[in-house]
This record gives sequence, structure tokens and C-alpha cells, in this order.
Amino acid sequence: MRISRRILAGLATASLAVTATSCGGGGTSGSFDDTVTVGILHSLSGTMAISESTLVDTEKMAIEEINAAGGVKVGGKSYKIEYIVEDGASDWPTFAEKSKKLIDQDGVPVVFGGWTSASRKAMLPVYESKDAFLYYPIQYEAQECSNNIFYTGATPNQQSEPATDFMYKRSPAAGGDFFLVGSDYVFPRTSNTITKAQVKQLGGKVVGEDYLPLGNTEVAPIISKIKKALPEGGIIINTLNGDQNVAFFKQIQDAGITPSSGYYVMNYSIAEEEISTIGPEFLEGHYGAWNYMMSIDTPASKKFAESFKKRWGADRVVADPQESAYNMVYLWKQAVEDAGTFDDNAVREALVGQKFDAPQGPVEVMPNHHLSQTVRIGEINAEGGFTILEETGVVLPQAWNQKHPSSKGFACDWTDPSKGEKYKL
Amino acid sequence: MELLLDSLFNGVAIGSVLLVAALGLAIVFGLMGVINLAHGELMMLGAYTTYVTQLIFKIPILKPFYNSYIIVSIFLAFIVSGVVGILLEKTIIRKLYGSPLETLLATWGVSLILQQFVRSVPLAYGTGLVISLLIGLFLPTTFPSKIKESINFKYFKFSTWIFAALTGVLTGSIISSSVSKLSRASARNVDVTAPSWMRGQVEIIGTAFPKTRLMIIVITLISVIAITLFLNQSAWGMRIRAVTQNRKMSDCLGISTEKVDIITFGIGSGLAGVAGVAVSLLGSVGPNVGGNYIVGCFMVVVLGGVGNLLGTVLASFGIGIMTDLIGAGRLLSIWPDMPLPLSNTINFFATTSMARVMIFALIVIFLQFKPTGLFPQKGRMVEN
Repeated sequence: MRISRRILAGLATASLAVTATSCGGGGTSGSFDDTVTVGILHSLSGTMAISESTLVDTEKMAIEEINAAGGVKVGGKSYKIEYIVEDGASDWPTFAEKSKKLIDQDGVPVVFGGWTSASRKAMLPVYESKDAFLYYPIQYEAQECSNNIFYTGATPNQQSEPATDFMYKRSPAAGGDFFLVGSDYVFPRTSNTITKAQVKQLGGKVVGEDYLPLGNTEVAPIISKIKKALPEGGIIINTLNGDQNVAFFKQIQDAGITPSSGYYVMNYSIAEEEISTIGPEFLEGHYGAWNYMMSIDTPASKKFAESFKKRWGADRVVADPQESAYNMVYLWKQAVEDAGTFDDNAVREALVGQKFDAPQGPVEVMPNHHLSQTVRIGEINAEGGFTILEETGVVLPQAWNQKHPSSKGFACDWTDPSKGEKYKL
Repeated sequence: MELLLDSLFNGVAIGSVLLVAALGLAIVFGLMGVINLAHGELMMLGAYTTYVTQLIFKIPILKPFYNSYIIVSIFLAFIVSGVVGILLEKTIIRKLYGSPLETLLATWGVSLILQQFVRSVPLAYGTGLVISLLIGLFLPTTFPSKIKESINFKYFKFSTWIFAALTGVLTGSIISSSVSKLSRASARNVDVTAPSWMRGQVEIIGTAFPKTRLMIIVITLISVIAITLFLNQSAWGMRIRAVTQNRKMSDCLGISTEKVDIITFGIGSGLAGVAGVAVSLLGSVGPNVGGNYIVGCFMVVVLGGVGNLLGTVLASFGIGIMTDLIGAGRLLSIWPDMPLPLSNTINFFATTSMARVMIFALIVIFLQFKPTGLFPQKGRMVEN
């Protein structure tokens, strides 16, 4: 038994070696000296597959672009990037398990992956215990700062805070009361705690909040509460997830809660992809806040959208999470080239301070492993895109939110060993 | 007055969604005792039927009738889910009568298969498959009995299946070539948009009501009335009730229990399809849409008392009204200056999540005192 297993293992190694050399040598022979394999870990099945598969598409595209431009150049050698795609199956423990597999068995230097906060929380202990590195591309509730994760999505102060400010001061419902609606899990609850603190600072009033259990599409009680709390219209902050938005917008429109009657909804989870699923006719006149919007009129943004359409089909759209995923692949490549090695620790050090001309504009990696980004407020139009109304300058990320009571006065800095994950400002 | 009307309407609106979803299960689980975990997926098929019908009505020839597609889809959804239900009964459930645990596992498996089916098969060919099933299952029954009794009937049957398969493939490819959205498989959720006459609000006695909600209430009412009439007035209804009450005796008296089982299960599944149409008007249509309702369905049937339609009706409206009373914090607006501890408690439960917790707790307490539900089953079935 033992012998046969050993033989099998030997055979497997041999065949792997053969494939490895044939990959390095064949096909692109001459142009690359070696290959490096990275891990991609998103849900390709289950409820999150719809959203996460767009990230896989974007990451593949970024890798193909880098390869077409000569690959990653480390120590005078050029490396072709290859990838192993693993399916997290919308199941959080699976994300942890597949992470272990990618790190231990495949020995990848980096994993690009995750979408939901729950999946990230499940993966975090794996990367910390193995001192490996995860790149996480989604806008999230922050209140976390790991040495082993690099976050390229927006923190609340790069999305919800400027959005709340806009709604209270400059939207058509300026000065109105707030009603907060969200799905019942960590992101909406944390985000709304921050929004409540901010509205109080601004001098406004939050007149109600409600959370819909995940999977529930019965919005009738929430609608009666909104009508009772905001009889003359007002501001609704929406952090509902996925399909629940469809139910919400269909039903509030039928109940007469529309921009024309003075109700304006600011959304944190609705990007171009979701607008096309829900239908622009239900969303027109409401708002969204993102770092990247497909309607940004710059060459970099247009090129990003066009190459994505060219690669994956003319009917596809790009949205903020995809842009974020695109950026992280390039930032990793730059950091590796600067570090001159694929070694985790050296790359982590080289990563801080990396600048990249992203489709949204320039971004820079900050010492707290988050990105400095531009924030945009857009109004949803009939064509299913955003009409950009406002654009901030570059906003620095706060891993520990300064409006949330539990993290006020704290910050994160991984470049200074005495500061680390959470230190008092 | 306005508050009361508003609250009552909301309660009825929530309740009617529960009721229309649970009605089919009340028959399948209530009358036949089959724990059908695929009930939610039969609803999903109904919802997808609505979506497909909507797209087919956008083809130029049918465009003038676009506004009526929702009415057509109610009948189509009944047929589609009914046919799939009958196939399910003929192939799986029939072999598992009397073993609830095995039925539970088998139907759960079926629910997974159906979910994956809509994810990975283009809807156009899915439609074709349903049409083949429809022809294959029903065409042979229309043959005159002279042919049926002949020895060669199985060849007839076999050739109808070939004919059915061909028709299915043909319709599948016609639909797929004329509606591009249906030609590719996709796991993405899709959306049913109500025709313009069903959007917006209608004003009754000074209060505005959403039209889609009214439509769902109407669909529910019609389904309940139709099924009650069928069970109480028609010959087959009588047979179904007879088999429910005493299967062996009915069999001895010459009722074909096999046929009764097929019809009962088919109708129960068909009603799930109708529920799918109603549900598609509220939210998006996706492979998981049925799973969101299945727990609520069982809750309603158990609370109402297994085997009793009136119980199901009362239970769903009861739950609907309670959901609205608790979830929207109505008690506070009815009695604004109640003592502080009480109002704090009510405020605590006045969110959708907590209202759900409260409702489940109340149901559990209720079932402690009346374990058989609102209207317990009487008669012989209890003795069995």
C-alpha cells in the first residue's frame, strides 16, 4: 500500500513537472523565462456566483494583459502569470479550506479572492496563521486591519460618509430626515451605526431603521414604517443585498415611494451590474456612491470598459468591484517587481506606497493596507448607468472608522512595528 | 379608521402571499401526507414560466397582447408545475407513500436537481422539455379506449413519446432562435416586469393600495375558491376526499386510487406554479426563489391543521396580520401613550427580523397547547 502510494505520488510529481516545463517551454516559448502561479478564489456556484464570477473574469483579463505586456519581471527574468481558480461555493468554510489548499498544496505566492465579509472573516485566520497574503477587492464595513490582507475596496469613509454628506446637504431632499434599510448582517449594521453617528453630527435626524433577514422579500412592513416615519418624503439609505433590492424597489415604487414624491434612496450595494438586473425603470432618479463608475469619462476608464467588453462580450458591464479587482492584480505585479522576489514579506513591504493609474484615477497603497481612492456620487439614469454629480479629491482610507463609537481615535499602520493593527492616534 | 384599513390591507396582502404559496402544499401535505420539500422549486418553475411568457409576448406577433401576458402565464404556470409534479409523482413519490422520511429526502434531492436545472439549461430548451412531457404524458390518454386495450398500445405510447421529443426540440429551437435572452443558460436572477396597467396605485376610500398587491390578493382568492369548489362539488373532488379519509375502503369501492393520487399531486403542484406567478411580481426570479418560501408554507399548513383548507386560510391571514402588527410597530400608533417598559418592548420587536422571531415564538407556544393546529383532523384518518 505504502509503496503504491509513493509510486503514485512520484508519478504525480513527474507529470506535474512535465506539465510545468511544457507550459514554460511550449506555446509562448522564448518570450518568458519562467512561470508563476497565483490563486483566484471566488464563488462560482451558489448565491454569490452571479456577483463573484465577474471578478474572476476581470482578474483573468488583468493577468492576460500583464502576460501580453511581457509578464512579471523579477531579478532580470520574466515570469508568465498562470492561475488556479478555486470555487468558494458561496460557503464560508469552503473559502477557508480552499485557501489552505492554495497555500499549502499549490504553493501560490498570492491569493486574489472573496466578496462577502463573512467569507473574508472565515479566511483571515488561515492567512494569519500561515503568514500568507490575501488580496480582497470589495467595498466593506472596515473595522479590520490585518497584516495578511490587502484591501482594495472602499472603507466607509470612502463611500458612505461622503454619500451621507451629499444627501443631507446637496441632494433634492437636503435637510430631510433619514430612514435606514439594510439586509440583516454585519455590513449594513456597521455601516448604519456609522451613518447614524454622522447624521447626528450633521444635525439631522434618523427617524427609523429596519433590517430584512437574508432571503426574505416581504417588504410590506418596512414600507408602512417608511410612510409613517417620512410622510412627506425624505432620505432613505439602502444597504440591502443582491435580490432583496429587486423586491424592495419593485414594492416601494408600487407604494408611491419615488423620487417624484420626494423620496430619494442612496444605495451602497447597487452598481451597473445590479442596475441592469433590477431594471433602470425602478431605479431612475435614485443615487449611488462608488469609487468607480462606468460612465467616468477618462481614457483609462473607457479603455478598461472596452477591453472587458472585448474579452467577455459586448453586453457585459464593468462596475466598482471589478475595477477594484483589476487594480489589485496590477498593484501586486508592481510590488513584486519592486521587491525583486515573490516572497510574501518582501512584497508586503514593497506594496505600501505603490501608485497605480487605475480606471477611477490615481490610487495609492497606504500603510494600513487599504487604498486611497476618489469617491463619486451618481444619479441613476434611464440607460442603466450613473450620471456623475460629484467627485471628491483623493480620500485616505480609515481602517478604523472615526465615527463608529468603538473605533474612534484608532488607526492602523503596518510599516511601523510599534503601531501595527490598532493604535491610538 | 384609515390606520385600521391600512393595517388590515397590509396584513391581508402579506397573508395572501403566504396563502397562495401554501395552498398547494396544504393539498399535497395536508390531504396526501407527502412532505414535499420540492414545493418551493415548483413555485420557482411557475415564476420562471412567467418570465418566459413575458419574453415570448414581446415577439412581434404577440406584442399587441403584451398587457395580458400575466393572465396567460397564470394558466401556463399551473400547467408547467402541474406536469412536473405529475412526473415527480409517477417516478418518485408513488414508490415512497407511507415512508415520510424517505419522501423528505427524495423531494429535497429533487429540489436541488430543479435548482441546478434552471441554472444550467437554457430556458428555451427547458420550455421545450416541458412541452415534450406534456405531450408524452397526456396524448396517450386521449386515445379511444379501443386502441388503449389493444396489445399494440405500448408501441402507440412509445411513438407518442418520440413525437413529443421531436416537438419539444422543435419548440425549444424556435424559441431559442426568436428570443435571444432564452437561448443561453444563466445562473443570474431574472426579472418579471408587471404590465403597465398593474403598476402604481389605486385609491379606495381615500387610501392608496399598490395594484400588484391587489392582483396577488385576487389570484389567491380565485385559487382558494376554485379549489374549494373542486374539492366539494366535483366528482373527482369527492373521490380525493374519499381517498384521504379511507384509502382502502375507497379502493374497494372501485375508486382508482392511483389516478386520484396523480390528480391530487398534479393540482397541488399546479397551485405552486400559480404561487410562483404571484411571487414573481414581488421580487426577482432566481433558482433560489422557492427556498425563501418553503418554511413559511409548512408553518402555515401545520398551524392551520393538516388536512384542512379553512385552517390554512385562517393561519396565513393570521400570520400576515400579526407580521404587520408587530413588524411595523402598529400597536404604538394605536395606543401612543402606553407605559414605557411596554412601548420599549414593542419597539424592540418592531423590526422585520425580530417580528419573525416573535411570530415563530408565538406559533411554538400555540402548538404547545394545540399540537394539531387550529382545526385538528377528525374521523378515521386520526385513528390510522
